[in-house]
Amino acid sequence: MLAFTLRRAIQAIGVMIAVGVIAFSMFRFAGDPVNQIVSLDTPAAEREAVRKSLGLDDPVPVQFARYFVNAAQFKFGVSYQFRQPVSNLLMERMPATLELAACATVFAMVFGILMGVYSALRRDTILTKFFQAVSLIGISLPTFLIGILLIYLFSVTLGWLPSFGRGDVVRIGWWTTGLLTLSGLKALIMPSITLGLFQMTLIMRLVRAEMLEVLRTDYIRFARARGLTTRAIHFGHALKNTLVPVITVAGLQFGSVIAFAIITETVFQWPGMGLLFVQAVQNVDIPIMAAYLLMVSLIFVTINLIVDILYTVVDPRLRSTISRPA
Amino acid sequence: MTIPVLSVRNLEVEFLTRRSALRAINGVSFDIAKGEVLGVVGESGAGKSVTGLAVIGLIDPPGRIAGGEIYLSGTRIDHLPPEEIRRIRGKRIGMIFQDPLTSLNPLYRIGDQIVETIRTHMNLSETAARKRAIDLLAEVGIPAPEKRIDAYPHEFSGGMRQRVVIALAICAEPELIIADEPTTALDVSVQAQIISLIKRLGRDHGTAVMLVTHDMGVIAETSDRVAVMYSGRIAEIGPVQDVVQNPLHPYAKGLMGAIPTLAGEDKRLVQIPGSMPRLSAIPPGCSFNPRCAFAFDRCRVDRPEPLKHGSHAVACHLFDTAPNETVKETAA
Repeated sequence: MLAFTLRRAIQAIGVMIAVGVIAFSMFRFAGDPVNQIVSLDTPAAEREAVRKSLGLDDPVPVQFARYFVNAAQFKFGVSYQFRQPVSNLLMERMPATLELAACATVFAMVFGILMGVYSALRRDTILTKFFQAVSLIGISLPTFLIGILLIYLFSVTLGWLPSFGRGDVVRIGWWTTGLLTLSGLKALIMPSITLGLFQMTLIMRLVRAEMLEVLRTDYIRFARARGLTTRAIHFGHALKNTLVPVITVAGLQFGSVIAFAIITETVFQWPGMGLLFVQAVQNVDIPIMAAYLLMVSLIFVTINLIVDILYTVVDPRLRSTISRPA
Repeated sequence: MTIPVLSVRNLEVEFLTRRSALRAINGVSFDIAKGEVLGVVGESGAGKSVTGLAVIGLIDPPGRIAGGEIYLSGTRIDHLPPEEIRRIRGKRIGMIFQDPLTSLNPLYRIGDQIVETIRTHMNLSETAARKRAIDLLAEVGIPAPEKRIDAYPHEFSGGMRQRVVIALAICAEPELIIADEPTTALDVSVQAQIISLIKRLGRDHGTAVMLVTHDMGVIAETSDRVAVMYSGRIAEIGPVQDVVQNPLHPYAKGLMGAIPTLAGEDKRLVQIPGSMPRLSAIPPGCSFNPRCAFAFDRCRVDRPEPLKHGSHAVACHLFDTAPNETVKETAA
């Protein structure tokens, strides 16, 4: 088990090094960074001074090693547009994005699993057909359109919810949270739904398909022959077996929720990392883009690792195959 | 006369399809007494398993019991509401399925699955149920049961898993065990152990056993009586010795003739020509008539009912000596 975790962790580090190479090479292929910093009429001597002070005259491998050592300590350099350390900017924006992603995932998991289980157990009811229709909408409508429709309905027409921003936030240490104020919670509702709707429909369809599959298995038939109550069979036996693949998908989806947050954050002007990234792209602010790339891949790799470990916790069969690898 | 543990009368099971209703079981009647093992043999699709599932109330739509009665120790159980038949399943009727590799939920320890079943049917505390589970595992021949109880199904071999399945089937002291091809998925060497286990449990607890299989060897070894099924009906039923050594129905004859013997002379095994009709195309008259070497005109129009003939009952016009005495009840 420990060996397995270690092996996976080493693989994860390998992935991060590869991403680091890509992030670093962005600096070299997106024009001369000195030009981004200095103004047009800066004399050549001053340019050279800047170049030297930034270490840009060193050989490429040295620059890469320096970038990598710094990145490992969460130092990503200074943003061209804000003239502030990128790590500060990211830290400032991260709570907003993580809170939004967490709310969206919880929303997607809770409703996705409930709707999936319901529509698998009661296959021919009107409510099931309604869920199916909703899931079709969720899968096919693009995120920004859902966001705009929600804003139109709840902000413009009904005036119930704010159309942009995070509302009032409370600062706890370096973390800012909108979960403790009414306006913060209200501001979370629409972005969470917008961001989570696609995942919700995905989870619902997955749970439904898996559950139908599991209900056909021999051990469910045998559980019925043992005279267990329908409730014990559906929610004890069938649901647990259904959730094994759902964990993987939901875990991996959390990563893409953070990545997809770019669009939702833009629509709702949510002050998170995604919005920061969009602004960085518009202004060719390479240090932010590179750092964002590294952050997102770090989150993905971490989630992957956690999912792999969780898998073995749920499914005992994997524990033994892992302890004696083929 | 004592009331038989299981009594099935004119059972009919049909499967509704878009076009019509297919009869899978058509007028099957038999009894199983306390402590008796009834073997049910026949080709695939003869309706052996469906009969077992009908008794325990596990025929799923589009299938349904279309007629007849099923009595468990004198109480009719075929028309009970789902919740009441659920209480009978596992408590008064235990069931063993064919494939032990897929019968157990892979995510739960076997102990948890046994305790769960015990506590569903018996008013026992968690500790008492666990103790009972260990006793049961010991009874079905699992070594070191107090340790193995916390193992997961994948940590057992096929034969051991089938023992666990049997422990689950008997955990509430059922009156009847339905074993649906319990040895088909196992190694030959393990088959004999499982068979003798089922036989011993039936004897020790006075449990009636309905043993569904297509293995005549298994039947000959375990059963007291045997029912030969063909195309949703019982062709012949009687004491196992008589039916195996002196089968009357041409189909039963063919079936027994197709068993290879080690001592046998170098002669070809007898085959029954043709194959069993599909449910949608059962011929009129005796359903075996197109394959029967002895078929005569009456067989093609008139459907034979099981009639008593010595110790057997046989559904064949060849033995219709007393046309008015239709036997529904056969002596054990």
